[in-house]
Amino acid sequence: MSYSDKVLDHYSHPRNVGSMDKGSTDVGTGLVGAPECGDVMKLQIKVNPETSVIEDAKFKTFGCGSAIASSSLATEWVKGKTVDEALQIKNTDIVKELSLPPVKIHCSVLAEDAIRAAIHDWKKKRETAKPETVEARS
Amino acid sequence: MSTDVKTMPQEQLVAANGVKLPIYMDNHATTPLDPRVLEEMLPYFMEKFGNAASRNHSFGWAGEEGVETARERVAKLVGATTKEIIFTSGATESDNLAIKGVAEMYKEKGNHIITAVSEHKAVLDTCKRLEKYCYRVTYLPVQKDGLVDLDDLKRAIDDKTILVTIMAANNEIGVLQPVAEIGKLCRERGVIFHSDATQAVGKVPVDVNKQNIDVMSISAHKMYGPKGVGALYVRRKNPRVQISAIIDGGGHERGMRSGTLNVPGIVGLGKACLICMEDMPKESCHLAGMRNRLRDNIMGRLDEVYINGSMEHRLPGNLNISFAYVEGESLLMGINDVAVSSGSACTSATLEPSYVLKALGTGDDLAHSSIRFGIGRFNTEAEIDYVADRVVETVQRLRELSPLYEMAKEGVDLKQVKWAAE
Ligand SMILES: Cc1ncc(COP(=O)(O)O)c(C=O)c1O
Repeated sequence: MSYSDKVLDHYSHPRNVGSMDKGSTDVGTGLVGAPECGDVMKLQIKVNPETSVIEDAKFKTFGCGSAIASSSLATEWVKGKTVDEALQIKNTDIVKELSLPPVKIHCSVLAEDAIRAAIHDWKKKRETAKPETVEARS
Repeated sequence: MSTDVKTMPQEQLVAANGVKLPIYMDNHATTPLDPRVLEEMLPYFMEKFGNAASRNHSFGWAGEEGVETARERVAKLVGATTKEIIFTSGATESDNLAIKGVAEMYKEKGNHIITAVSEHKAVLDTCKRLEKYCYRVTYLPVQKDGLVDLDDLKRAIDDKTILVTIMAANNEIGVLQPVAEIGKLCRERGVIFHSDATQAVGKVPVDVNKQNIDVMSISAHKMYGPKGVGALYVRRKNPRVQISAIIDGGGHERGMRSGTLNVPGIVGLGKACLICMEDMPKESCHLAGMRNRLRDNIMGRLDEVYINGSMEHRLPGNLNISFAYVEGESLLMGINDVAVSSGSACTSATLEPSYVLKALGTGDDLAHSSIRFGIGRFNTEAEIDYVADRVVETVQRLRELSPLYEMAKEGVDLKQVKWAAE
C-alpha cells in the first residue's frame, strides 16, 4: 500500500501546526481519540464573536500519516468558514480529497469529530462566558 | 510485527555521507542472500538438477551429495548428528511438524502442552488448533524483560504434560530465553522440549546437547540463506524422540517429511550455516557494537525513549525501542529511506498493536510507538549513523506535532486524562 501524494504532502508540510490559548473565549478546542488507540487529535479554532467566522485554526496530532494529513486538511478547510458551514464538513469529503484507503477511514472520522468538538467547546464557552478545562471528547 | 507498508523508492540514491539508499535494517523479517550462498546454490538449478531421491543414476547422486553435505553443515552448527536433521520448507512448517508431530505421537501419554504468550504465530496458532482437538495448552506469561519465569514453568508441568515449546530468540524484541535451563527442567520431568530457534541459529551459539533441546526449528532466510527452506532437528538418543509426519507421500526424510527435496534451497541452507559457524564470534561482536552505537546515538539525543525487552539477554543485532508520544507508522513514513518495522497497529494486518510488547506489560500507547531495528551482516557503521540521525530528526519533528508531547511537557498526567474512546 502506498500513500497518496496529498497525504504525503500534508505529512511532509503540515499546515497550521500549533496551539492557541485554550483559555480564551474566542478559542474552541477539540481533543479526540486516545493514546491506546494510536490516534489523538487536538484541533483549535479562533472564532470572530460578531460574524461566527473561523479566523484561524491550529492542530497537533499523534497518529499515523493519514491522521496527520486528515487533521491538517481539516484546519485548512475550516478557516474562513462560519461555524455552521464548518459543521457541514463530512469525513467522506476528507476521504475523497486525500484518497484514503478503507483501513484509514477512521482517521477522517476522527478529524470530523475534532472539528465538531472544537465548535462545541467554543459554543459552550460562549454560553457560560468563562474558560473551562479541556476535556477529551468525541 | 509487519514491515513498513509504503512502497520503497525504486532507484538507488546516495546520502550525504556516501551510504546507499534505501537502507535495509529489517533483518528479523528476512535477510538478503549472502553472495557466497548463491554461488553454492547455482549449479543445483542447472547442471545438478537431479532428484536427490533418484538412487540409480549420477544425476540423482549429485543432488543427494549436495543435500548430504548440507545436512552435515546444519547438524554441525547446532551440535547434532546428520540423522537428526529433517529438511522442511521453513520454520513455519518445522514448528507445525514439531508440535503436531509430538502431540500425535505422544497422545497416549498426555494431552498437555506448554508454551509462552510471546511465541511466534507459527507456534501459537498451531497450539490453538490443537486445542480444538482436545489438547490442553498453557500459555505462560513473560516478565517485563521478556523472559519466561522458570518457576512458572515448573508449576505448569503436570503428569499430562507431553511438550514444552519455548523459542530461543524472539523475532520482535530479540530476547533470548533461558533455553538450557528450560531444557534441563523438561529433561528432569520427562517432557519433550521443542524450541523455535529461527532467530537464534547462526546468530548466537546453539547446541542441542548443551542446551537439552529435543526438537528445534530452523529457517534459512533469517541467516542469509534462501526463502522457503528450513530444517527440524529431532533428537535420536538420550532420549529418543519420535514424531508423526504431517505430510504423507513418498517417504522422504525417513518418512517424516515426504516431498521431493528442494535441493538448491537445502544446499543454500547448508552453506549459510557454514558461513555463520565460521563468522559468528567476529560477526556477533560487530553486530552488538553497531546495535549499541545506534542505541546510544538515539538515546543520547532524545528523552522518553524506552527499550523493549532485556538488553542483557538479547540477539546482538536487535534493538526495539518505543518513542513516547510518536506513533510508529508516522515515524516509519518520516524515515522512508530506511526499512525497519513497527509494533504499531497501523502497520499490522490485524490493526492491533504488537502482542509481544503487550505481553511485556508495555502499554498500548508505547506499543504503538515502537520501532524494531534488525541489524545484519551487510549493514555498515555509516548506515547506523545515518539511521540514527534520521530517527532523531523525525522523532523531534513529530513530537512538535504531537498533542501528547505538548501535554506531557505542560505537566498533564496523560494517564489521568479522560480519553473519549473512538
Ligand atoms: C521466531 C520465528 N518463528 C518462525 C518464523 C517463520 O519462519 P518461515 O518464514 O521460515 O516460515 C519466523 C519468521 O518469520 C520467526 O521469526
